[in-house]
Amino acid sequence: MQASTNLISTTDFLLHLADNALIMGHRNSEWCGHGPVLEQDIAISNIALDCIGQARNFYQYAARLMGEGHTEDSLAYLRDERAFRNCLICELPNGDWAQTVLRLYFFSTYQYFLFQQLQHNSDAELAGIAAKSLKEVTYHLRWSSEWVIRLGDGTEESRQRILQALDALWPYTGELYTPVAYESVGEADMASIQTAWLDHVKAVLEEATLSMPDMGWMQQGGKTGIHTEHLGYILAEMQFLQRAYPGAEW
Amino acid sequence: MKQYINKYYYGDYGEAKNGAADITANGHHKHEWPLWEVFIRSKQGLDHKHVGSLHAADAQMAIENARDVYTRRMEGISIWVVESKYIHATNPDEAASLYDPANDKAYRHPTFYDLPDSLTHI
Repeated sequence: MQASTNLISTTDFLLHLADNALIMGHRNSEWCGHGPVLEQDIAISNIALDCIGQARNFYQYAARLMGEGHTEDSLAYLRDERAFRNCLICELPNGDWAQTVLRLYFFSTYQYFLFQQLQHNSDAELAGIAAKSLKEVTYHLRWSSEWVIRLGDGTEESRQRILQALDALWPYTGELYTPVAYESVGEADMASIQTAWLDHVKAVLEEATLSMPDMGWMQQGGKTGIHTEHLGYILAEMQFLQRAYPGAEW
Repeated sequence: MKQYINKYYYGDYGEAKNGAADITANGHHKHEWPLWEVFIRSKQGLDHKHVGSLHAADAQMAIENARDVYTRRMEGISIWVVESKYIHATNPDEAASLYDPANDKAYRHPTFYDLPDSLTHI
């Protein structure tokens, strides 16, 4: 009994990590072909692919633990909204470039500190995926934080846009470092992740000549399957093909 | 000049309704980011080779853009960027006076030395 309970929370946790990466990757991929300049279009598309690659690793491992014919594809394409465990911030619409890079910055900072701990997890496979992903996340963090600084400390318009993004996204940041039960599998000290996250964000916002918002009331629910209205639309687009033509290959 | 074409970017979709600033505000083109030349050293390579150019706002962004544009398939392990305006080049019109005089100076090639057989790799 103990073992099966552990297995459930392990797969819950893996699906949470995978869903985070998949939905974040999907949102970033929406910029493909639409980036503000060619070079940044390639940059954000690269990052989207990194995220989807991370999602695949977590899904594959989860599918193996779950058995019963689950595959990475069935987990990504055949689960419904309430089964997704991604943080709400991942599913929010891209908004403009400022909102996209600020969201990526908030998310990458969280991934960065989380994966630093996960890479020492007692589960060697989980630790391995975290260590591999950490290299990618380190670059996402660098790239996105520089954009936040550039926009905050840029023109009047860029500053206005990043301020709007900050207002829109801030209430969704608390969920990142507020753990739910299955996150105990990560063996991570979430309180230290919260402290590190807040310190990092404070420093970057300061460099961007922006002030840290008050903590205020924070949204939550994504980690336990209670989502915004936006996730349904993402899944409708992402899952349509596999649901209309089950097992389709090309 | 009156602007007839409104350029919309994906991320700006629907913002006009919300009163957000239009990216084409003021009716003039925004300044383009400067051009940078990119040099990559491959894993086996001893020197940085010119691979192309790209646009970026500053050196830091140029290096990151170069990483994203030119090293996606493990092409390199070191990147140099230099703003294109700092590259000074010869004028093709002067090619004749610059390069042709070397044409008939065969004695400048080290082919007139007898090398001992024991010397290899030369």
